[in-house]
Amino acid sequence: MSGFLTLLKRDLLLAVREGGALGTALGFYLIVVTLMPLGLGPDLNLLTRIAPGILWVALLLAALLSLPRIFEADHDDGSLDVLALGALPLELVAASKAFAHWISTGIPLALMAPILGILLNLEARAYPLVIATMLAGTPAISFLGAIGAALTLKTRRGGLLLALLVLPFYVPTLIFGITAISSALMSPQGFQASFLILSAISLVSMVLGPVAAAAALRQHMQ
Amino acid sequence: MQLQIRDLVVARAGRRIIEGLSFELTSGEALLLTGRNGAGKTTLIRTLAGYLEAQSGTIALHGWDRDRDLREACHYVGHLDSNKASLTVLENLRFWQAYLGHAEQAAAARDDRLWLALDKFEIDPLADIPAGYLSAGQKRRLGLARLLVAERPVWLLDEPTVSLDARSTGLLARLIDAHVAGGGLVVAATHLPLGLIKSGELRLGDEVKAAAAGRAAP
Repeated sequence: MSGFLTLLKRDLLLAVREGGALGTALGFYLIVVTLMPLGLGPDLNLLTRIAPGILWVALLLAALLSLPRIFEADHDDGSLDVLALGALPLELVAASKAFAHWISTGIPLALMAPILGILLNLEARAYPLVIATMLAGTPAISFLGAIGAALTLKTRRGGLLLALLVLPFYVPTLIFGITAISSALMSPQGFQASFLILSAISLVSMVLGPVAAAAALRQHMQ
Repeated sequence: MQLQIRDLVVARAGRRIIEGLSFELTSGEALLLTGRNGAGKTTLIRTLAGYLEAQSGTIALHGWDRDRDLREACHYVGHLDSNKASLTVLENLRFWQAYLGHAEQAAAARDDRLWLALDKFEIDPLADIPAGYLSAGQKRRLGLARLLVAERPVWLLDEPTVSLDARSTGLLARLIDAHVAGGGLVVAATHLPLGLIKSGELRLGDEVKAAAAGRAAP
């Protein structure tokens, strides 16, 4: 377990030192959300209705931008080979790197969403819901994204391919994230079912994602 | 401890690069892999490290803890240095020590080891400089210093002397000698003679050349 924490700590330190990835993702998120009201016009009721959806879709796209970085740097400088020789199984190496991605990108994006909600006239009582569903849903984005990042590791300019591979897998997270928000706004008890499924999707992808990602990494070492 | 390779066959892209290779390497021996480009030096080293899967044959390390995987006995230094440009020399090395080594050692002993490794490779004055600012030879030395911070019996080195000057190559050779004298095993692919005190040589690829010559003569 100490290897897991050591690797996690290093990846977070690198994320802080090389802040570019987070800056790009947050900047992209800001711009996409800002474009929406400009394109849709000043209809505040319309914006209020679609605000959670816009925040979620833009978050997926922003997170997608930063996915290649999960394994790319370690692959390019040869660290991945050495990481594979540690006592830590490659599955946990992948898990640690996906977890670091969630902490360094997923959480900041989720916390930025309510600020961007102001631009979309988000309902006041939807703010905690947006934060809660995004914090519960973003682990799935990082851990499923790790599979795509591992698969497209050696494809030069694999960004688009990565999007094609990964975005379909984000559909359940998106659906249950939005359903949780909208059902909570309509009736207080509607929130729980969707939120639990959303959390379950995250938990399942935290278990299965690293296994698939490690298999892809092993293939790349061949 | 004995590394035993039996009838190893490794193919890449459908072409058999290593065919029926067998050798043994006992504690206190260094083996230099030589041969022309494409003879399979890197392939053999990467197979020993467990990155490549052998088609058939066995690789066994006798005398190694049965509960632990063979890869945990190995240090691998390949063509890339595995350093992070934005971490300092010390941080890079400290990470590899914590990741590859054993946690049970006392912190003070680990620190001593760290500084000893920096000192041995003569990069201790650079300890607080981000690795991105180092020269190619210094980066290489930092990559090699990993060998000393975590104790592992088998060193797999793929062209370890690339971008090292004559003095650093000498330093590396003395450290390999010391590792071997301490009962370690070293397998190194190299073009240049390292100047080791005691080492065997395995020439790869001669059979390939012989086969090609056979085809050329009708």
